[in-house]
Amino acid sequence: MSNQDNELKVIVFQLMNKEYAVPVENVQSIEKVMHITRVPGVPSYVKGVINLRGVVTPIIDLRNRFSLEDAAESEHTRIIIITLDGLEVGLIVDSANDVLDLSRESIEPQPQVVGSIETDFISGVAKIDRRLLILLQLDKVLENAA
Amino acid sequence: MEMNQYLEVFIEESKDHLQNCNTQMLELEKNPSDLRIVNEIFRSAHTLKGMSATMGYEDLANLTHHMENILDDIRNEKLGVTTAVMDALFSAVDDLEEMIASIASGGDGKKDVSHSLSLLESIVSGEQSKPAAEPSQNVHYDEFERTVILQSIEQGYQALELTISLRDDCLLKAARVFMVFEVLEKSGEVIKSTPSVDQLEEENFDQQFCVTIATKEQADFIEKSVMKVSEVESVSIKSVSPDQEEKPSDAASEAAVTIEEASEEPKEALKTVSNKTIRVNIDRLDILMNLFEELVIDRGRLEQISKELNHGELNETVERMSRISGDLQSIILTMRMVPVETVFNRFPRMIRQLARDLNKQIDLKISGQDTELDRTVIDEIGDPLVHLLRNAIDHGVESPAIRKEKGKPETGTIQLRAYHSGNHVFIEIEDDGAGISKGKVLNKALAKGIVTKEQADSLTDSQIYELIMASGFSTAETISDISGRGVGLDVVKTTIESLGGSITIHSSEGQGSMFSVQLPLTLSIISVMLVEVEDEKFAIPLSSIIETAIVKNEDILHAHNQRVIDFRGKVVPLVFLDEVFDVYKDAEDEVHSVIIVRKGDKMAGLVVDSFIGQQEVVLKSLGDYLGDVFAISGATILGDGQVALIVDCNALIQ
Repeated sequence: MSNQDNELKVIVFQLMNKEYAVPVENVQSIEKVMHITRVPGVPSYVKGVINLRGVVTPIIDLRNRFSLEDAAESEHTRIIIITLDGLEVGLIVDSANDVLDLSRESIEPQPQVVGSIETDFISGVAKIDRRLLILLQLDKVLENAA
Repeated sequence: MEMNQYLEVFIEESKDHLQNCNTQMLELEKNPSDLRIVNEIFRSAHTLKGMSATMGYEDLANLTHHMENILDDIRNEKLGVTTAVMDALFSAVDDLEEMIASIASGGDGKKDVSHSLSLLESIVSGEQSKPAAEPSQNVHYDEFERTVILQSIEQGYQALELTISLRDDCLLKAARVFMVFEVLEKSGEVIKSTPSVDQLEEENFDQQFCVTIATKEQADFIEKSVMKVSEVESVSIKSVSPDQEEKPSDAASEAAVTIEEASEEPKEALKTVSNKTIRVNIDRLDILMNLFEELVIDRGRLEQISKELNHGELNETVERMSRISGDLQSIILTMRMVPVETVFNRFPRMIRQLARDLNKQIDLKISGQDTELDRTVIDEIGDPLVHLLRNAIDHGVESPAIRKEKGKPETGTIQLRAYHSGNHVFIEIEDDGAGISKGKVLNKALAKGIVTKEQADSLTDSQIYELIMASGFSTAETISDISGRGVGLDVVKTTIESLGGSITIHSSEGQGSMFSVQLPLTLSIISVMLVEVEDEKFAIPLSSIIETAIVKNEDILHAHNQRVIDFRGKVVPLVFLDEVFDVYKDAEDEVHSVIIVRKGDKMAGLVVDSFIGQQEVVLKSLGDYLGDVFAISGATILGDGQVALIVDCNALIQ
């Protein structure tokens, strides 16, 4: 997580009109939506698997993971490929288009309640100008599949 | 000295020599009077000594040197082959193995070998005074060496005496000598060198040295290969006959190459195909395999495109390419095949030690060592087999007294078999020991809460045996040093299953047990039948398919709430893939496409919507994140770039 001094570079994405952020070092790439092969018998938030340049990669529907309402796929829908502890997983998000440098001071840790998503998934909140970024706790998001 | 480039070769060859020592020493124990075996061990030890000294591993060289002393005494019949002697030798080989392992893992190969050394020394007990070999160009053969030469010739080898001169400006003479020996050992066996190898290693010679080898190669071939070593000035070769003993032959001055075809040499010796091999780093093979997998995926894609375009020339080219890449595939796959021998080799030694530790008498019979398996499987299968063998010795074979009481021979027999069957390799470990007590297993499983009382009553014999592979189970009454360390057969089962294999147990109490391990031939590329359920595609491994059939609705019978069909007189249950995999289906079909699959002697009919066709696919894992998915053994990438799931038929058949 250590970036120069106390700056944290994050990838910003949107989900239900809220903005979320994940550290850039966990993001391997951002992909357009491609054919997803459903895998039977896995939790409903696992959409299935895709062929990511020859690697079979599981895909999580983040809306479903956060118990938000489903949305139709649009031209902005993206899959963010996350790597964490050797796992490679794609997250479906509404759109992703920003890279920001956050100063660590602007991050407030562990809010009690933020919107409707479970606080477990959140590692902190950052306020930049008028934007509110929700920092994801990736290990929690990827926890206990199958 | 820049040794890195030799290091890999050194490690590999050392392992070979140590393995040879081990096998031959076990052999020697059985035939203590066979001096040929001693000689064989001596040669391996000697080569090892030379190599390690050249590479600068003094401890290794020192220990092998002491081994040689003992072996020398044995072959000069100054020393008998006793258990103490063998123990000392085995202990030394153990140390050597550890040192080599340390070098292989990047260590310095240093080890405190004083225990082995004192063992060895106590046997030699100082009586041995080794005369330092005089650097002399006149090659004398003592009686032993003459016997070796004579025997080699009788076996169709010819004995050649090579006089090798290095260039005057040669800087690293010892390294050149090492390389020359390397070359020579590829074509034959070194019988003698003048000056002795230790002298050569210490560069105690001028520019010239003499080596006598037994070989089946032609003299000029050997000359050429030796000349390939740089800084070699000249090689002169003459053949040696055992009767020309101690005749002062001035080999050094003989400039001309004298090649004498031993006239009594039998014809077939000439026909012997020299087995030319090359060691390839397994990583490179893996890269090759990965690249080839990509090629297979693209081939599938090309086949699909050409089918869609239906262009004559394109079709033809793609077909040709498919055929060539098919051949290529089988070559790459066979390149990765290694005989199980490499794993089995270490077992005799281990069994000997274990049997002694446990005061049991065991005869290990190995068959089918030449059965080949994919390298990746070979690497993984060793530990589970060790575990099963230990299990057989520890829990299976009884102590001699008990065996006698039961009217069995005191020596127990463990059979280790490997053989091919279809797309699988079977490895079986059978002992004639006590067998598995169903009662004890059940009681223990009940006590540990692995099964409930109700379940226990309905279990079949084989299901009961399988309980011993449940986690947290150990049948040992008392926890011994060998088993019962908490890691049990469950680990064996998991490892084998992770390789795509399975393990079954047969046993009859008092008679013995057999553990049968079934393994796939290869891991990465398999033939599958692609099928469609609604718009989802699944791949079913061809290895489990018996045949396909079309079944009408009225042919489906109902038995015990299960739909079955009568397939050639056998009742076969149907598995509807759309139900198992929750595929949404809006209409019921009148006619069903069925794939009959089997697991052992059980069968099932998988009901799908349609067959797409047979295809070679590259097996890919679903990854750690998804872990185990029911009835799915993996995934593959199809010609259109989409992912298809591979159905695990074994999970669908109970």
